[in-house]
Amino acid sequence: MKGSLIIVGFFAMGVLAGLFHIVPSETANSGISFYALCALMFCVGLSVGNNPQTIKNFRSLNPRLAFLPVMTILGTVCASALVSVLLSNRSAADCMAVGAGFGYYSLSSIFITEYKGAELGTVALLSNIIREMITLLCAPLLVRWFGNLAPISAGGATTMDTTLPIIVRYAGQEFAVVSIFHGFVIDFSVPFLVTFFCSF
Amino acid sequence: MFIVIGFMAGGMCIGFMLRNRHLPGLNKAITVLIWILLFLLGIEVGENRRIVQGLATLGIEAFALSLASVAGSCIAAKGLWMWLNKKRNGS
Repeated sequence: MKGSLIIVGFFAMGVLAGLFHIVPSETANSGISFYALCALMFCVGLSVGNNPQTIKNFRSLNPRLAFLPVMTILGTVCASALVSVLLSNRSAADCMAVGAGFGYYSLSSIFITEYKGAELGTVALLSNIIREMITLLCAPLLVRWFGNLAPISAGGATTMDTTLPIIVRYAGQEFAVVSIFHGFVIDFSVPFLVTFFCSF
Repeated sequence: MFIVIGFMAGGMCIGFMLRNRHLPGLNKAITVLIWILLFLLGIEVGENRRIVQGLATLGIEAFALSLASVAGSCIAAKGLWMWLNKKRNGS
């Protein structure tokens, strides 16, 4: 939670800096953000490749539960496409790109800003932060209404770190491995799916 | 567009080659890069009058999308959960 607040803080500071023209206006459009994004993705790749232990642990997983990430992706993308009917100014692909952040707000908003501009990037940032918060706050209700897998699906990409404690608390200890597996797969799918939906 | 994903793939290969070596400061580097990028996104938003004036509308859109995403994925997860339980009781 503290980490999320710091991230929102940086975004808010940026908004203020932009509003009052504290930094030269070329800063945001100079291509720095593209280089920083490449550096970020390189580091993310490094951290995944550097830790093969995580993947080894997944052998103990019930094979049928391996479908859970697929259900999360299908449910999220279909629901996001439906919302585009209500939001007349947004295309279905835009809505699906925002949904395909799966709570990974830092990365998805950066990608969407790069491909679709700051307006949709802001929607992605807010929407995915809200998704994480809904999961944290409503986990017990989700378990009661939709079964033990629901908070894992709702948590999206965050179920291997920030929402893991709350999932284990309300769904049960035996769901820790599937939660980490789910978070890992969804985390990995975010750059691909967001890029895919932004290409329309 | 795919340059970015290429960088991730390159990072994974190098990370795998260095898998026996601990890389200190990697998580810190990721965190700092995220801070920089969101600060830059903030600047872009702040400089754009249209976005600043529409921030409330954007917030409502974002909330609708996240609510729908959570509901959609939970319904899908319930389907899988019921299928798993049916199998377990049936066998």
